[in-house]
Amino acid sequence: MPLYGTALLAVCHLLGILFGELLGRALGVQANVGGVGIAMLLLIAARFYGHQRGWLEAKSEEGVNYWAALYIPVVIAMAMQQNVLKALSGGPMALAAAITTVTACACCVAFINRREVVAPAETPSK
Amino acid sequence: MESLLQKLAVENGLILSFAVVGLVVLFSGFISRQLTFGRVQGSAIAILIGLALAYVGGRMTGGNKGLADVTYFSGLALMGGNMLRDFAIVATAFEVQPAEAKRAGWVGALALFIGTLLPFVIGVAIAYIFGYRDAVSLTTIGAGTVTYIVGPVTGSAIGASSEVITLSIAVGVFKAILVMITTPMLAKFMRLSTPRSAMVFGGLAGTVSGVSAGLAATDRKLVPYGALVATFHTGIGCLVVPSLFFFVVRALFPAHV
Repeated sequence: MPLYGTALLAVCHLLGILFGELLGRALGVQANVGGVGIAMLLLIAARFYGHQRGWLEAKSEEGVNYWAALYIPVVIAMAMQQNVLKALSGGPMALAAAITTVTACACCVAFINRREVVAPAETPSK
Repeated sequence: MESLLQKLAVENGLILSFAVVGLVVLFSGFISRQLTFGRVQGSAIAILIGLALAYVGGRMTGGNKGLADVTYFSGLALMGGNMLRDFAIVATAFEVQPAEAKRAGWVGALALFIGTLLPFVIGVAIAYIFGYRDAVSLTTIGAGTVTYIVGPVTGSAIGASSEVITLSIAVGVFKAILVMITTPMLAKFMRLSTPRSAMVFGGLAGTVSGVSAGLAATDRKLVPYGALVATFHTGIGCLVVPSLFFFVVRALFPAHV
């Protein structure tokens, strides 16, 4: 039943957020530390063991896949409620800081990723 | 009639949002195929339209939730809010190949580290250029450059003024929006095509909203890998910026007596 998948997703989500909150408290931070990331790892693990032990049916997986498919529409709804006005209100300093950072980070990503290209090209030839 | 429609819209906010977003996606797909011949992805156009509508909504209401502040579209706050966004992100983890994620684990962590330090340093430098000299303001603006949540969390922890905190949020939100818009354009330059490259991007670009929308507009398959790393960004920022980074900045810019 698809609901099993959605329920599994919900449980992983809640546990992840809970762990993230606890981790934040343990570190003395006023924020959730990686809760969503932990939830993702839990779901990856649940899928792995579910397949291995055979308790995760294709029908249940639909209950997760549907939500994954809703990802893009949800992100579009998120874009619709960004505080664009606030971003523009920061003036030239916000503009300068944001543009410089995005440019520098993009160059960094490009630099690191260009080094990867070598690896996959070598591995298959072995 | 007006009040009837409004009642319908408000009481069925989430349902109306599905319909509105569906229409935007349909329209974006049409533009993508007809005007750009598929060169610009439909979802990239949809996100741009979304941001434009958010601007219009902000202008109309003066609120801070974009189009969601307009009574008719209040349901968007639920659909695009953190709860459903994180739920959908977690769901994409089903598509992750554990081996791929494990292989890129260390490089993702490295990216996360650079992705916290580099924006912070740039934020502090820009704040300095714009005339800020006290460690608290410099650190808070640097924190906002990491993400728009790290900014206010840091600012309130170290006692920054409310103008500086507002400014730090503005920097962070602007960065997130810039990442949403520029990721599809810079995807080739950044070699954004493999799970590993998406994890590097997730660590460096920061902000879950920027990364999730940026990757959605570039290649849907890469989303879970980028998000997996990016979701640690804010937490780590909130951990190191008000403590370690603040101490360093305070040592570099001692308060004048």
